[in-house]
Amino acid sequence: MALITCRGLTLGYEGTVLVENLHFSIGAGDYLCIVGENGSGKSTLIRTLLHLQEPMKGEVIEGDGLRRNEIGYLPQQTLIQRDFPASVREIVLSGCQGRMGFRPFYGPQEKELAARSMEQLGIADLRRRCYRELSGGQQQRVLLARALCATRKVLLLDEPISGLDPKAAMDMYELIAALNRDEKITIIMVSHDMTSIRYATHILHVGDEWFYGTREEYLQSPAGIYFAGVHAEETAAAESSAEEQEGGEEE
Amino acid sequence: MNILETLGMYLSYPFVRYALIVGVLIALCSSLLGVTLVLKRFSFIGDGLSHVAFGAFAIAAVLEVSNEMLVVLPLTVLCAVLLLRMGQNTKIRGDAAIAMLSVGALAIGYLLMNIFSTSSNLSGDVCSSLFGSTSILTLTLGEVILCVVLSVIVIAVFVFFYHKIFAVTFDESFAQATGTDAKKYNLMIAVIVAVIIVLAMNLVGSLLISALIIFPALSAMRLFRSFLSVTICSAILSVCCALIGILGSILWATPVGSTIVAVDIAAFLICWLIDRVRA
Repeated sequence: MALITCRGLTLGYEGTVLVENLHFSIGAGDYLCIVGENGSGKSTLIRTLLHLQEPMKGEVIEGDGLRRNEIGYLPQQTLIQRDFPASVREIVLSGCQGRMGFRPFYGPQEKELAARSMEQLGIADLRRRCYRELSGGQQQRVLLARALCATRKVLLLDEPISGLDPKAAMDMYELIAALNRDEKITIIMVSHDMTSIRYATHILHVGDEWFYGTREEYLQSPAGIYFAGVHAEETAAAESSAEEQEGGEEE
Repeated sequence: MNILETLGMYLSYPFVRYALIVGVLIALCSSLLGVTLVLKRFSFIGDGLSHVAFGAFAIAAVLEVSNEMLVVLPLTVLCAVLLLRMGQNTKIRGDAAIAMLSVGALAIGYLLMNIFSTSSNLSGDVCSSLFGSTSILTLTLGEVILCVVLSVIVIAVFVFFYHKIFAVTFDESFAQATGTDAKKYNLMIAVIVAVIIVLAMNLVGSLLISALIIFPALSAMRLFRSFLSVTICSAILSVCCALIGILGSILWATPVGSTIVAVDIAAFLICWLIDRVRA
């Protein structure tokens, strides 16, 4: 039995259909990368997987002992968060909220869990710092630690490297890969960056023609070849501009 | 007679003591919720709801209801819930909805008061419900008790749900996705805000309520960097400003509401300066 199974999903909003009849399933320990152009329905798919939105057709079924709200979520940064006065510890602890029920205050168990998550992501020494004063990479680690407090089964990451510099982006990818490898945490990652699929076991390409399969199958498929080609050009362009910048700094 | 003796004399009157108790409690309640509202970009909901409360007062006056609260409180709570729902509707944006309801209630309220007025001093009545009045100095014991009870409930709810309010304020989607019912807590926040606004009408009047909600929170955010410290600082600042404002207004015979707000503004400027100097 898979952790999450999507059957005949049709996604869209206000009568506009973005993706039709989507079938796929995610097993325990998988690393699924969801790729596709902007506006192809990736965000809608995420909201549907999280049950924040109902699909137009079809259903999302949790299995294998996974409950509905046991998906740890790393959302994209919102405007509100950018100038939010909160300490790192306060934010990470808020990830435990789902397991609190009606208890008003965090107990030793939650504090321990938060401390462990911060330790694991290397942000323990930032615990008293203010969130809005951290670098983009550090902020993402804080939100990831919060997601780890919510669950240790599945993580859903929405464009986790957007806005990060190349070094911080690579660190983030390594960190996510390590969580998948060492902690056996199932990863669902949304990205429009092809580098991200290096670590994935499965790929879901969302668009008019959707594709689901292992990474090897994807790289052989027409969608995969096209997407990889576009990406190669983008990377080449990005690298040459990065080199120019470095050259500028040396002078 | 020096200032202390004058104050001592005033404090011996029960109505001055009532005013201080009510003022401090309302300032405390509004500042607690203020932090959340400012961060959620809901600063204007206070403004909108206070005008609704003004309209509701007008309706209560026209209907000649003996206890105005019975009309004003439910109507304001209802509008708070409506505003929140509209905020999620994409057809009418949240801020536009608040602006519409706000000026609409203000206009209809004034119109009703004009058409059905039985009072000889209409503009005086309107002015006092817009800017607050000496009515805080004419509180009866019953009103004080009602205010104390409601304030205690608001503070208790806030403390009890503090961590949930933080989670929902910081990140609604995450909270909803991981099993916190964000919609329910948003509704709760709206209802509490409505209650605070109705309470605060007596103190500063409906035009100045937003100041009580926004200023302490903004001042505290200049100084502190964690949610807990901002909340506590905002509460302390708000209570101090309310105390100084009420005592000042008695000493200098100025309007209570605007004096409190003036003190709040001064506090904000000081906090802003401290932040600037530090940076």
